[in-house]
Amino acid sequence: MLRYLIRRLAGALVVILGVSCLVFLLIQLVPGDPVEVMLGESASSADRAALREQLGLNQPLLVQLWQYLSGLARGDLGISLFSQRPIGELLLERIPATLLLTVTALGFALLLAVPLGVLAALRKDSLWDTGAMGFALLGVSIPNFWLGPLLILLFSLWLGWFPVSGAEGPGAWVLPALTLGTGLAAILSRMVRSSLLEVLQEDYMRTARAKGLSPTRVVWVHGLRNALLPVITLLGLQLGALLGGAVITETVFSWPGIGSLTIEAIQRRDYPLVQACVLLISLAYVLVNLATDLVYAWIDPRIRLGEGS
Amino acid sequence: MLYRLAISVLLLWALLGLFAPLLPLQPNVMELESILQPPTASSWLGYDDLGRPLMDRLLAGAQTSFRVALWVVLVSSLLGTLLGTLAAYLGGWLDRLLVQVIDIMLAFPGILLAIALAGMLGPGMDNVVIALSAVGWVGYARLSRAQVLSLKHRDHVLAARALGSGTPVILVRHLLPLMSAPLIIEATFGVAAVVIAEAGLSFLGLGVQPPDASWGSMIRDGTRYMLVAPHMVLVPGIALWLVVMSVNLLGDRLRDHLDVRSR
Repeated sequence: MLRYLIRRLAGALVVILGVSCLVFLLIQLVPGDPVEVMLGESASSADRAALREQLGLNQPLLVQLWQYLSGLARGDLGISLFSQRPIGELLLERIPATLLLTVTALGFALLLAVPLGVLAALRKDSLWDTGAMGFALLGVSIPNFWLGPLLILLFSLWLGWFPVSGAEGPGAWVLPALTLGTGLAAILSRMVRSSLLEVLQEDYMRTARAKGLSPTRVVWVHGLRNALLPVITLLGLQLGALLGGAVITETVFSWPGIGSLTIEAIQRRDYPLVQACVLLISLAYVLVNLATDLVYAWIDPRIRLGEGS
Repeated sequence: MLYRLAISVLLLWALLGLFAPLLPLQPNVMELESILQPPTASSWLGYDDLGRPLMDRLLAGAQTSFRVALWVVLVSSLLGTLLGTLAAYLGGWLDRLLVQVIDIMLAFPGILLAIALAGMLGPGMDNVVIALSAVGWVGYARLSRAQVLSLKHRDHVLAARALGSGTPVILVRHLLPLMSAPLIIEATFGVAAVVIAEAGLSFLGLGVQPPDASWGSMIRDGTRYMLVAPHMVLVPGIALWLVVMSVNLLGDRLRDHLDVRSR
Protein backbone atom coordinates (compact mmCIF):
# COMPACT_ATOMS: atom_id res chain seq x y z
CA MET A 1 0.00 0.00 0.00
CA LEU A 2 2.82 2.41 0.92
CA ARG A 3 4.54 1.94 -2.45
CA TYR A 4 1.27 2.49 -4.27
CA LEU A 5 0.59 5.57 -2.14
CA ILE A 6 4.00 7.09 -2.90
CA ARG A 7 3.73 6.36 -6.63
CA ARG A 8 0.25 7.82 -6.83
CA LEU A 9 1.23 10.94 -4.84
CA ALA A 10 4.28 11.51 -7.04
CA GLY A 11 2.12 11.16 -10.15
CA ALA A 12 -0.39 13.67 -8.79
CA LEU A 13 2.43 16.13 -7.99
CA VAL A 14 3.70 15.96 -11.59
CA VAL A 15 0.17 16.57 -12.87
CA ILE A 16 -0.33 19.51 -10.50
CA LEU A 17 2.98 21.01 -11.66
CA GLY A 18 1.96 20.52 -15.30
CA VAL A 19 -1.46 22.06 -14.70
CA SER A 20 0.15 25.08 -13.02
CA CYS A 21 2.55 25.56 -15.95
CA LEU A 22 -0.32 25.39 -18.46
CA VAL A 23 -2.38 27.86 -16.44
CA PHE A 24 0.64 30.18 -16.30
CA LEU A 25 1.00 29.98 -20.09
CA LEU A 26 -2.69 30.92 -20.59
CA ILE A 27 -1.91 34.63 -20.37
CA GLN A 28 0.51 34.26 -23.28
CA LEU A 29 -2.49 33.46 -25.48
CA VAL A 30 -3.94 36.95 -25.13
CA PRO A 31 -3.46 38.48 -28.57
CA GLY A 32 -1.17 41.51 -28.64
CA ASP A 33 -0.02 43.11 -25.40
CA PRO A 34 -1.95 41.73 -22.42
CA VAL A 35 -1.30 44.89 -20.42
CA GLU A 36 -2.92 47.01 -23.12
CA VAL A 37 -5.90 44.63 -23.29
CA MET A 38 -6.32 44.71 -19.52
CA LEU A 39 -6.00 48.46 -19.01
CA GLY A 40 -7.64 49.65 -22.21
CA GLU A 41 -6.32 52.20 -24.68
CA SER A 42 -6.76 55.24 -22.47
CA ALA A 43 -4.25 54.13 -19.82
CA SER A 44 -1.13 56.23 -19.33
CA SER A 45 2.24 54.75 -20.10
CA ALA A 46 3.19 55.02 -16.41
CA ASP A 47 0.17 52.85 -15.46
CA ARG A 48 1.13 50.32 -18.08
CA ALA A 49 4.70 50.15 -16.88
CA ALA A 50 3.47 49.72 -13.30
CA LEU A 51 1.16 46.82 -14.22
CA ARG A 52 3.88 45.21 -16.31
CA GLU A 53 6.14 45.46 -13.30
CA GLN A 54 3.43 44.09 -10.94
CA LEU A 55 2.79 41.07 -13.17
CA GLY A 56 6.48 40.59 -13.89
CA LEU A 57 5.78 40.70 -17.61
CA ASN A 58 9.04 42.50 -18.40
CA GLN A 59 11.06 39.50 -17.22
CA PRO A 60 12.11 36.55 -19.41
CA LEU A 61 9.41 33.86 -19.67
CA LEU A 62 11.28 31.29 -17.58
CA VAL A 63 11.84 33.80 -14.77
CA GLN A 64 8.13 34.65 -14.88
CA LEU A 65 7.26 30.95 -14.66
CA TRP A 66 9.57 30.51 -11.69
CA GLN A 67 8.07 33.52 -9.92
CA TYR A 68 4.56 32.27 -10.64
CA LEU A 69 5.25 28.76 -9.34
CA SER A 70 7.11 29.92 -6.23
CA GLY A 71 4.27 32.36 -5.55
CA LEU A 72 1.81 29.48 -5.76
CA ALA A 73 3.95 27.39 -3.42
CA ARG A 74 3.78 30.21 -0.85
CA GLY A 75 0.02 30.46 -1.37
CA ASP A 76 0.41 33.87 -3.00
CA LEU A 77 -1.98 34.11 -5.94
CA GLY A 78 -1.41 37.79 -6.63
CA ILE A 79 -3.78 40.74 -6.72
CA SER A 80 -7.02 41.00 -8.68
CA LEU A 81 -6.69 43.76 -11.28
CA PHE A 82 -10.35 44.75 -11.06
CA SER A 83 -11.02 44.78 -7.32
CA GLN A 84 -7.39 45.32 -6.25
CA ARG A 85 -7.87 42.70 -3.51
CA PRO A 86 -5.75 39.60 -2.89
CA ILE A 87 -7.00 36.80 -5.15
CA GLY A 88 -6.80 34.25 -2.35
CA GLU A 89 -9.42 36.22 -0.38
CA LEU A 90 -11.75 36.46 -3.37
CA LEU A 91 -11.56 32.70 -3.93
CA LEU A 92 -12.19 31.89 -0.27
CA GLU A 93 -15.37 33.97 -0.33
CA ARG A 94 -16.72 32.02 -3.29
CA ILE A 95 -15.67 28.44 -2.46
CA PRO A 96 -18.56 27.60 -0.06
CA ALA A 97 -21.25 28.41 -2.64
CA THR A 98 -19.65 26.21 -5.30
CA LEU A 99 -19.22 23.38 -2.80
CA LEU A 100 -22.86 23.68 -1.81
CA LEU A 101 -24.02 23.63 -5.43
CA THR A 102 -21.90 20.65 -6.52
CA VAL A 103 -22.72 18.58 -3.43
CA THR A 104 -26.48 19.21 -3.74
CA ALA A 105 -26.35 18.41 -7.46
CA LEU A 106 -24.39 15.24 -6.75
CA GLY A 107 -26.89 14.20 -4.07
CA PHE A 108 -29.81 14.82 -6.40
CA ALA A 109 -28.12 12.88 -9.21
CA LEU A 110 -27.50 9.84 -6.98
CA LEU A 111 -31.00 9.92 -5.48
CA LEU A 112 -32.49 9.87 -8.95
CA ALA A 113 -30.02 7.65 -10.80
CA VAL A 114 -29.77 4.67 -8.45
CA PRO A 115 -33.51 3.86 -8.15
CA LEU A 116 -34.04 4.59 -11.84
CA GLY A 117 -31.16 2.36 -12.94
CA VAL A 118 -32.21 -0.46 -10.58
CA LEU A 119 -35.79 -0.26 -11.80
CA ALA A 120 -34.68 -0.36 -15.43
CA ALA A 121 -32.39 -3.34 -14.84
CA LEU A 122 -34.93 -5.38 -12.84
CA ARG A 123 -37.70 -4.74 -15.35
CA LYS A 124 -35.49 -4.99 -18.43
CA ASP A 125 -37.30 -4.31 -21.74
CA SER A 126 -40.47 -3.28 -19.91
CA LEU A 127 -42.15 0.09 -20.15
CA TRP A 128 -40.24 1.14 -17.00
CA ASP A 129 -36.94 0.36 -18.70
CA THR A 130 -37.86 2.24 -21.86
CA GLY A 131 -39.05 5.18 -19.80
CA ALA A 132 -35.94 5.31 -17.63
CA MET A 133 -33.56 5.04 -20.57
CA GLY A 134 -35.63 7.57 -22.50
CA PHE A 135 -35.15 9.97 -19.61
CA ALA A 136 -31.42 9.17 -19.66
CA LEU A 137 -31.17 10.03 -23.36
CA LEU A 138 -33.08 13.30 -22.83
CA GLY A 139 -30.91 14.09 -19.82
CA VAL A 140 -27.52 13.53 -21.47
CA SER A 141 -28.61 15.60 -24.45
CA ILE A 142 -29.96 18.69 -22.68
CA PRO A 143 -27.38 21.44 -22.20
CA ASN A 144 -27.50 23.00 -18.73
CA PHE A 145 -27.54 26.55 -20.14
CA TRP A 146 -30.91 25.68 -21.66
CA LEU A 147 -32.30 23.46 -18.90
CA GLY A 148 -31.64 26.27 -16.40
CA PRO A 149 -33.68 28.93 -18.24
CA LEU A 150 -36.44 26.34 -18.89
CA LEU A 151 -36.72 25.52 -15.19
CA ILE A 152 -36.71 29.23 -14.33
CA LEU A 153 -39.46 29.86 -16.87
CA LEU A 154 -41.62 27.02 -15.58
CA PHE A 155 -41.03 27.01 -11.81
CA SER A 156 -40.06 30.62 -11.08
CA LEU A 157 -41.85 32.82 -13.59
CA TRP A 158 -45.01 30.81 -14.30
CA LEU A 159 -45.56 28.84 -11.09
CA GLY A 160 -43.62 31.12 -8.74
CA TRP A 161 -42.36 28.24 -6.57
CA PHE A 162 -38.67 29.12 -6.47
CA PRO A 163 -36.62 32.31 -6.77
CA VAL A 164 -35.15 33.17 -10.18
CA SER A 165 -31.57 33.53 -9.00
CA GLY A 166 -29.23 33.81 -6.03
CA ALA A 167 -28.37 31.30 -3.31
CA GLU A 168 -30.32 32.47 -0.27
CA GLY A 169 -32.13 29.66 1.50
CA PRO A 170 -32.79 26.06 0.47
CA GLY A 171 -35.61 27.16 -1.88
CA ALA A 172 -33.06 28.88 -4.09
CA TRP A 173 -30.85 25.77 -4.22
CA VAL A 174 -33.42 23.55 -5.92
CA LEU A 175 -33.33 24.78 -9.51
CA PRO A 176 -29.52 25.17 -9.77
CA ALA A 177 -29.02 21.69 -8.29
CA LEU A 178 -31.56 20.19 -10.72
CA THR A 179 -29.89 22.00 -13.62
CA LEU A 180 -26.40 20.82 -12.76
CA GLY A 181 -27.38 17.33 -11.61
CA THR A 182 -29.62 16.19 -14.47
CA GLY A 183 -26.85 15.32 -16.92
CA LEU A 184 -24.95 13.38 -14.25
CA ALA A 185 -28.14 11.57 -13.17
CA ALA A 186 -28.72 10.49 -16.76
CA ILE A 187 -25.21 9.11 -17.22
CA LEU A 188 -25.20 7.38 -13.83
CA SER A 189 -28.61 5.74 -14.31
CA ARG A 190 -27.37 4.14 -17.54
CA MET A 191 -24.30 2.86 -15.74
CA VAL A 192 -26.29 1.52 -12.75
CA ARG A 193 -28.57 -0.32 -15.17
CA SER A 194 -25.84 -1.95 -17.27
CA SER A 195 -23.68 -2.76 -14.26
CA LEU A 196 -26.56 -4.33 -12.32
CA LEU A 197 -27.63 -6.34 -15.38
CA GLU A 198 -24.14 -7.82 -15.49
CA VAL A 199 -24.06 -8.58 -11.77
CA LEU A 200 -27.48 -10.26 -11.92
CA GLN A 201 -25.93 -12.94 -14.13
CA GLU A 202 -23.27 -13.85 -11.57
CA ASP A 203 -23.15 -17.20 -9.79
CA TYR A 204 -23.24 -15.63 -6.32
CA MET A 205 -26.58 -14.04 -7.17
CA ARG A 206 -28.01 -17.45 -7.97
CA THR A 207 -26.52 -18.77 -4.72
CA ALA A 208 -28.09 -15.92 -2.76
CA ARG A 209 -31.47 -16.64 -4.30
CA ALA A 210 -31.04 -20.39 -3.74
CA LYS A 211 -30.28 -19.76 -0.07
CA GLY A 212 -33.80 -18.46 0.17
CA LEU A 213 -33.02 -14.77 0.73
CA SER A 214 -35.83 -12.39 -0.06
CA PRO A 215 -35.67 -10.87 -3.57
CA THR A 216 -35.29 -7.39 -2.07
CA ARG A 217 -32.28 -8.48 -0.04
CA VAL A 218 -30.73 -10.27 -3.00
CA VAL A 219 -30.92 -7.18 -5.19
CA TRP A 220 -30.14 -4.40 -2.74
CA VAL A 221 -27.50 -6.12 -0.62
CA HIS A 222 -25.83 -8.69 -2.87
CA GLY A 223 -26.48 -7.16 -6.26
CA LEU A 224 -26.25 -3.42 -5.82
CA ARG A 225 -23.17 -3.47 -3.60
CA ASN A 226 -21.18 -5.13 -6.36
CA ALA A 227 -22.85 -3.21 -9.16
CA LEU A 228 -21.98 0.13 -7.60
CA LEU A 229 -18.18 -0.25 -7.86
CA PRO A 230 -17.95 0.70 -11.57
CA VAL A 231 -20.54 3.40 -10.91
CA ILE A 232 -18.24 4.98 -8.31
CA THR A 233 -15.33 4.95 -10.79
CA LEU A 234 -17.51 6.68 -13.36
CA LEU A 235 -18.63 9.15 -10.71
CA GLY A 236 -15.02 10.14 -10.00
CA LEU A 237 -14.43 10.77 -13.71
CA GLN A 238 -17.69 12.67 -14.11
CA LEU A 239 -16.84 15.07 -11.27
CA GLY A 240 -14.83 17.03 -13.81
CA ALA A 241 -17.92 17.50 -15.93
CA LEU A 242 -19.83 18.50 -12.81
CA LEU A 243 -17.24 21.15 -11.87
CA GLY A 244 -17.09 22.42 -15.47
CA GLY A 245 -20.88 22.46 -15.64
CA ALA A 246 -20.97 24.46 -12.41
CA VAL A 247 -19.27 27.36 -14.24
CA ILE A 248 -22.20 27.62 -16.66
CA THR A 249 -24.93 26.80 -14.11
CA GLU A 250 -23.62 29.46 -11.72
CA THR A 251 -23.73 32.01 -14.52
CA VAL A 252 -27.35 31.09 -15.39
CA PHE A 253 -28.52 31.53 -11.79
CA SER A 254 -26.13 34.34 -10.71
CA TRP A 255 -24.92 31.86 -8.10
CA PRO A 256 -22.09 33.48 -6.07
CA GLY A 257 -19.47 30.74 -6.60
CA ILE A 258 -16.10 30.20 -8.28
CA GLY A 259 -17.74 29.53 -11.66
CA SER A 260 -19.50 32.87 -11.94
CA LEU A 261 -16.31 34.51 -10.61
CA THR A 262 -14.40 32.92 -13.52
CA ILE A 263 -16.80 34.34 -16.10
CA GLU A 264 -16.86 37.77 -14.42
CA ALA A 265 -13.05 37.76 -14.44
CA ILE A 266 -12.98 36.90 -18.15
CA GLN A 267 -15.45 39.68 -18.94
CA ARG A 268 -13.39 42.21 -16.94
CA ARG A 269 -10.13 40.97 -18.51
CA ASP A 270 -8.86 40.28 -15.00
CA TYR A 271 -6.48 37.62 -16.29
CA PRO A 272 -4.62 36.78 -13.05
CA LEU A 273 -8.01 36.05 -11.45
CA VAL A 274 -9.03 33.86 -14.41
CA GLN A 275 -5.81 31.88 -14.00
CA ALA A 276 -6.40 31.42 -10.29
CA CYS A 277 -10.01 30.23 -10.77
CA VAL A 278 -9.04 27.69 -13.45
CA LEU A 279 -6.18 26.47 -11.29
CA LEU A 280 -8.37 26.10 -8.21
CA ILE A 281 -11.12 24.13 -9.98
CA SER A 282 -8.60 21.84 -11.70
CA LEU A 283 -6.70 21.21 -8.47
CA ALA A 284 -9.94 20.31 -6.72
CA TYR A 285 -10.64 17.80 -9.49
CA VAL A 286 -7.13 16.28 -9.28
CA LEU A 287 -7.32 15.94 -5.50
CA VAL A 288 -10.80 14.37 -5.54
CA ASN A 289 -9.64 11.84 -8.12
CA LEU A 290 -6.52 11.09 -6.10
CA ALA A 291 -8.63 10.51 -3.00
CA THR A 292 -11.03 8.23 -4.94
CA ASP A 293 -8.10 6.17 -6.24
CA LEU A 294 -6.54 5.81 -2.81
CA VAL A 295 -9.80 4.77 -1.16
CA TYR A 296 -10.28 2.30 -3.97
CA ALA A 297 -6.82 0.79 -3.58
CA TRP A 298 -7.45 0.49 0.13
CA ILE A 299 -10.74 -1.37 -0.43
CA ASP A 300 -9.61 -3.49 -3.37
CA PRO A 301 -6.11 -5.05 -3.10
CA ARG A 302 -6.18 -6.04 -6.79
CA ILE A 303 -5.58 -2.39 -7.72
CA ARG A 304 -2.54 -1.64 -5.57
CA LEU A 305 -0.94 -5.04 -6.20
CA GLY A 306 -1.87 -5.26 -9.86
CA GLU A 307 -0.21 -2.01 -10.81
CA GLY A 308 3.02 -2.83 -9.02
CA SER A 309 3.72 -5.92 -11.07
CA MET B 1 -38.67 5.00 -36.37
CA LEU B 2 -36.94 7.11 -33.73
CA TYR B 3 -33.67 6.33 -35.43
CA ARG B 4 -34.94 7.47 -38.85
CA LEU B 5 -36.17 10.67 -37.27
CA ALA B 6 -32.71 11.26 -35.80
CA ILE B 7 -31.05 10.70 -39.16
CA SER B 8 -33.47 13.14 -40.81
CA VAL B 9 -32.74 15.80 -38.19
CA LEU B 10 -28.99 15.37 -38.73
CA LEU B 11 -29.30 15.43 -42.52
CA LEU B 12 -31.32 18.64 -42.36
CA TRP B 13 -28.75 20.13 -39.98
CA ALA B 14 -25.85 19.17 -42.26
CA LEU B 15 -27.60 20.49 -45.38
CA LEU B 16 -28.28 23.79 -43.61
CA GLY B 17 -24.70 23.88 -42.41
CA LEU B 18 -23.39 23.48 -45.92
CA PHE B 19 -25.94 25.40 -47.97
CA ALA B 20 -27.43 28.06 -45.66
CA PRO B 21 -25.47 30.82 -47.45
CA LEU B 22 -27.39 29.97 -50.65
CA LEU B 23 -30.78 30.50 -48.99
CA PRO B 24 -32.40 33.97 -49.06
CA LEU B 25 -31.96 34.37 -45.29
CA GLN B 26 -32.06 37.74 -43.57
CA PRO B 27 -30.93 36.93 -40.02
CA ASN B 28 -29.72 40.46 -39.28
CA VAL B 29 -32.55 42.55 -40.72
CA MET B 30 -34.43 44.43 -37.99
CA GLU B 31 -38.12 45.21 -38.25
CA LEU B 32 -38.89 47.60 -35.45
CA GLU B 33 -42.64 47.00 -35.51
CA SER B 34 -42.09 43.23 -35.03
CA ILE B 35 -39.99 43.41 -31.86
CA LEU B 36 -40.64 40.42 -29.52
CA GLN B 37 -43.60 39.34 -31.65
CA PRO B 38 -44.61 35.73 -30.87
CA PRO B 39 -44.94 33.10 -33.63
CA THR B 40 -47.80 33.75 -36.07
CA ALA B 41 -49.04 32.15 -39.29
CA SER B 42 -46.90 34.46 -41.41
CA SER B 43 -43.73 34.25 -39.33
CA TRP B 44 -43.59 30.74 -37.87
CA LEU B 45 -41.10 31.34 -35.12
CA GLY B 46 -41.70 34.98 -34.31
CA TYR B 47 -39.18 37.79 -33.80
CA ASP B 48 -36.46 38.59 -31.26
CA ASP B 49 -35.81 41.66 -29.09
CA LEU B 50 -34.33 43.59 -32.02
CA GLY B 51 -37.14 42.62 -34.41
CA ARG B 52 -35.08 40.02 -36.28
CA PRO B 53 -36.90 36.94 -37.64
CA LEU B 54 -36.13 33.93 -35.42
CA MET B 55 -36.56 31.46 -38.28
CA ASP B 56 -33.76 33.06 -40.28
CA ARG B 57 -31.57 33.30 -37.21
CA LEU B 58 -32.24 29.69 -36.32
CA LEU B 59 -31.13 28.53 -39.77
CA ALA B 60 -28.06 30.77 -39.68
CA GLY B 61 -27.29 29.36 -36.21
CA ALA B 62 -27.48 25.83 -37.63
CA GLN B 63 -24.71 26.84 -39.99
CA THR B 64 -22.54 28.12 -37.14
CA SER B 65 -22.93 24.99 -35.04
CA PHE B 66 -22.43 22.62 -37.98
CA ARG B 67 -19.27 24.35 -39.19
CA VAL B 68 -17.71 24.50 -35.75
CA ALA B 69 -18.57 20.83 -35.10
CA LEU B 70 -17.17 19.75 -38.46
CA TRP B 71 -13.89 21.61 -38.04
CA VAL B 72 -13.31 20.72 -34.41
CA VAL B 73 -14.04 17.02 -34.89
CA LEU B 74 -11.85 16.91 -38.02
CA VAL B 75 -8.89 18.72 -36.47
CA SER B 76 -9.00 17.02 -33.08
CA SER B 77 -9.57 13.49 -34.39
CA LEU B 78 -6.77 13.76 -36.96
CA LEU B 79 -4.33 15.34 -34.54
CA GLY B 80 -5.23 13.05 -31.64
CA THR B 81 -5.14 9.86 -33.70
CA LEU B 82 -1.82 10.80 -35.28
CA LEU B 83 -0.19 11.55 -31.92
CA GLY B 84 -1.67 8.55 -30.11
CA THR B 85 -0.82 6.11 -32.88
CA LEU B 86 2.74 7.33 -33.36
CA ALA B 87 3.48 7.40 -29.64
CA ALA B 88 2.14 3.91 -29.02
CA TYR B 89 3.83 2.41 -32.08
CA LEU B 90 7.24 4.02 -31.58
CA GLY B 91 7.15 3.81 -27.76
CA GLY B 92 10.05 5.18 -25.71
CA TRP B 93 10.25 8.79 -24.55
CA LEU B 94 7.64 9.97 -27.06
CA ASP B 95 5.07 7.65 -25.53
CA ARG B 96 5.99 8.62 -21.97
CA LEU B 97 5.74 12.30 -22.88
CA LEU B 98 2.33 11.86 -24.52
CA VAL B 99 0.96 9.94 -21.53
CA GLN B 100 2.12 12.72 -19.22
CA VAL B 101 0.60 15.43 -21.40
CA ILE B 102 -2.69 13.50 -21.61
CA ASP B 103 -2.75 13.13 -17.81
CA ILE B 104 -2.23 16.86 -17.40
CA MET B 105 -4.88 17.78 -19.98
CA LEU B 106 -7.41 15.43 -18.38
CA ALA B 107 -6.85 17.16 -15.05
CA PHE B 108 -8.83 20.13 -16.39
CA PRO B 109 -12.58 19.76 -16.43
CA GLY B 110 -13.04 19.85 -20.26
CA ILE B 111 -15.38 22.79 -20.73
CA LEU B 112 -13.45 24.86 -18.16
CA LEU B 113 -10.23 24.75 -20.19
CA ALA B 114 -12.19 25.62 -23.34
CA ILE B 115 -13.79 28.56 -21.52
CA ALA B 116 -10.38 29.77 -20.30
CA LEU B 117 -8.78 29.38 -23.75
CA ALA B 118 -11.66 31.12 -25.53
CA GLY B 119 -11.64 33.83 -22.88
CA MET B 120 -7.94 34.49 -23.39
CA LEU B 121 -7.94 34.22 -27.19
CA GLY B 122 -10.95 36.52 -27.46
CA PRO B 123 -14.30 35.84 -29.15
CA GLY B 124 -14.84 34.71 -32.74
CA MET B 125 -15.58 31.49 -34.59
CA ASP B 126 -11.92 30.72 -35.38
CA ASN B 127 -10.95 31.00 -31.73
CA VAL B 128 -13.85 28.74 -30.72
CA VAL B 129 -12.53 26.10 -33.14
CA ILE B 130 -8.98 26.50 -31.76
CA ALA B 131 -10.11 26.32 -28.12
CA LEU B 132 -12.33 23.26 -28.61
CA SER B 133 -9.74 21.43 -30.74
CA ALA B 134 -7.04 22.11 -28.16
CA VAL B 135 -9.24 20.32 -25.61
CA GLY B 136 -10.73 17.72 -27.95
CA TRP B 137 -7.66 15.92 -29.35
CA VAL B 138 -6.89 14.30 -25.98
CA GLY B 139 -9.73 11.76 -26.13
CA TYR B 140 -8.73 10.55 -29.60
CA ALA B 141 -5.06 10.36 -28.62
CA ARG B 142 -5.82 8.26 -25.56
CA LEU B 143 -8.15 5.96 -27.46
CA SER B 144 -5.86 5.40 -30.47
CA ARG B 145 -2.87 4.86 -28.19
CA ALA B 146 -4.68 2.14 -26.28
CA GLN B 147 -5.81 0.54 -29.54
CA VAL B 148 -2.34 0.49 -31.08
CA LEU B 149 -0.78 -0.89 -27.90
CA SER B 150 -3.11 -3.88 -28.06
CA LEU B 151 -2.81 -4.34 -31.84
CA LYS B 152 0.85 -3.77 -32.60
CA HIS B 153 2.01 -7.24 -31.59
CA ARG B 154 -0.57 -9.03 -33.72
CA ASP B 155 0.80 -11.50 -36.24
CA HIS B 156 -0.23 -9.60 -39.34
CA VAL B 157 1.68 -6.53 -38.14
CA LEU B 158 4.79 -8.60 -37.47
CA ALA B 159 4.41 -10.21 -40.88
CA ALA B 160 4.16 -6.83 -42.57
CA ARG B 161 7.26 -5.67 -40.73
CA ALA B 162 9.13 -8.85 -41.66
CA LEU B 163 8.22 -8.23 -45.29
CA GLY B 164 9.93 -4.86 -45.04
CA SER B 165 6.94 -2.48 -44.81
CA GLY B 166 7.84 0.94 -43.43
CA THR B 167 6.20 2.50 -40.36
CA PRO B 168 3.78 4.75 -42.31
CA VAL B 169 2.50 1.78 -44.34
CA ILE B 170 2.02 -0.38 -41.26
CA LEU B 171 0.21 2.41 -39.42
CA VAL B 172 -2.11 3.37 -42.24
CA ARG B 173 -2.79 0.03 -43.92
CA HIS B 174 -2.46 -2.50 -41.13
CA LEU B 175 -3.42 -0.69 -37.93
CA LEU B 176 -5.79 2.16 -38.81
CA PRO B 177 -8.52 -0.02 -40.38
CA LEU B 178 -8.72 -2.10 -37.20
CA MET B 179 -8.98 0.99 -35.01
CA SER B 180 -11.63 2.76 -37.03
CA ALA B 181 -14.77 1.45 -35.27
CA PRO B 182 -14.05 2.89 -31.80
CA LEU B 183 -12.67 6.08 -33.34
CA ILE B 184 -15.84 6.60 -35.38
CA ILE B 185 -17.95 6.13 -32.27
CA GLU B 186 -15.76 8.56 -30.31
CA ALA B 187 -16.10 11.09 -33.15
CA THR B 188 -19.89 10.69 -33.22
CA PHE B 189 -20.26 11.45 -29.53
CA GLY B 190 -17.62 14.13 -30.10
CA VAL B 191 -20.01 15.93 -32.45
CA ALA B 192 -22.63 16.11 -29.68
CA ALA B 193 -20.07 17.42 -27.19
CA VAL B 194 -18.78 20.08 -29.60
CA VAL B 195 -22.29 21.28 -30.50
CA ILE B 196 -23.06 21.76 -26.79
CA ALA B 197 -19.66 23.35 -26.13
CA GLU B 198 -19.95 25.83 -29.01
CA ALA B 199 -23.42 26.88 -27.90
CA GLY B 200 -22.16 27.04 -24.30
CA LEU B 201 -19.27 29.34 -25.21
CA SER B 202 -21.62 31.54 -27.25
CA PHE B 203 -24.08 31.55 -24.33
CA LEU B 204 -21.27 32.92 -22.14
CA GLY B 205 -20.46 35.55 -24.77
CA LEU B 206 -17.19 33.85 -25.72
CA GLY B 207 -18.28 32.40 -29.06
CA VAL B 208 -19.36 34.00 -32.31
CA GLN B 209 -19.94 37.71 -32.00
CA PRO B 210 -23.07 39.78 -32.68
CA PRO B 211 -24.74 40.15 -35.05
CA ASP B 212 -23.79 36.61 -36.19
CA ALA B 213 -26.27 34.00 -34.99
CA SER B 214 -25.45 31.05 -32.74
CA TRP B 215 -28.02 28.96 -30.90
CA GLY B 216 -26.11 29.61 -27.68
CA SER B 217 -26.18 33.40 -28.00
CA MET B 218 -29.85 33.24 -29.06
CA ILE B 219 -30.63 31.41 -25.81
CA ARG B 220 -28.69 34.02 -23.85
CA ASP B 221 -30.60 36.88 -25.53
CA GLY B 222 -33.81 35.00 -24.82
CA THR B 223 -33.18 34.68 -21.08
CA ARG B 224 -33.61 38.45 -20.72
CA TYR B 225 -37.13 38.40 -22.15
CA MET B 226 -38.46 35.11 -20.80
CA LEU B 227 -41.58 36.55 -19.23
CA VAL B 228 -42.73 38.52 -22.29
CA ALA B 229 -41.28 36.42 -25.13
CA PRO B 230 -40.60 32.82 -24.02
CA HIS B 231 -40.36 31.76 -27.68
CA MET B 232 -36.95 33.46 -27.86
CA VAL B 233 -35.45 30.94 -25.44
CA LEU B 234 -37.56 27.95 -26.50
CA VAL B 235 -36.89 28.02 -30.26
CA PRO B 236 -33.06 27.78 -30.30
CA GLY B 237 -33.05 25.45 -27.29
CA ILE B 238 -35.36 22.92 -28.93
CA ALA B 239 -33.25 22.96 -32.10
CA LEU B 240 -30.08 22.42 -30.07
CA TRP B 241 -31.65 19.64 -28.03
CA LEU B 242 -32.96 17.87 -31.14
CA VAL B 243 -29.57 17.87 -32.83
CA VAL B 244 -27.67 16.70 -29.75
CA MET B 245 -30.22 13.99 -29.01
CA SER B 246 -30.11 12.78 -32.60
CA VAL B 247 -26.31 12.55 -32.52
CA ASN B 248 -26.46 10.64 -29.23
CA LEU B 249 -29.08 8.23 -30.61
CA LEU B 250 -26.91 7.62 -33.65
CA GLY B 251 -23.86 7.08 -31.41
CA ASP B 252 -25.70 4.54 -29.23
CA ARG B 253 -26.89 2.73 -32.33
CA LEU B 254 -23.40 2.68 -33.86
CA ARG B 255 -21.92 1.39 -30.62
CA ASP B 256 -24.39 -1.49 -30.43
CA HIS B 257 -23.94 -2.20 -34.13
CA LEU B 258 -20.14 -2.19 -34.12
CA ASP B 259 -20.14 -4.00 -30.77
CA VAL B 260 -17.64 -1.83 -28.97
CA ARG B 261 -17.82 -2.01 -25.20
CA SER B 262 -18.38 1.34 -23.59
CA ARG B 263 -15.53 2.49 -21.43
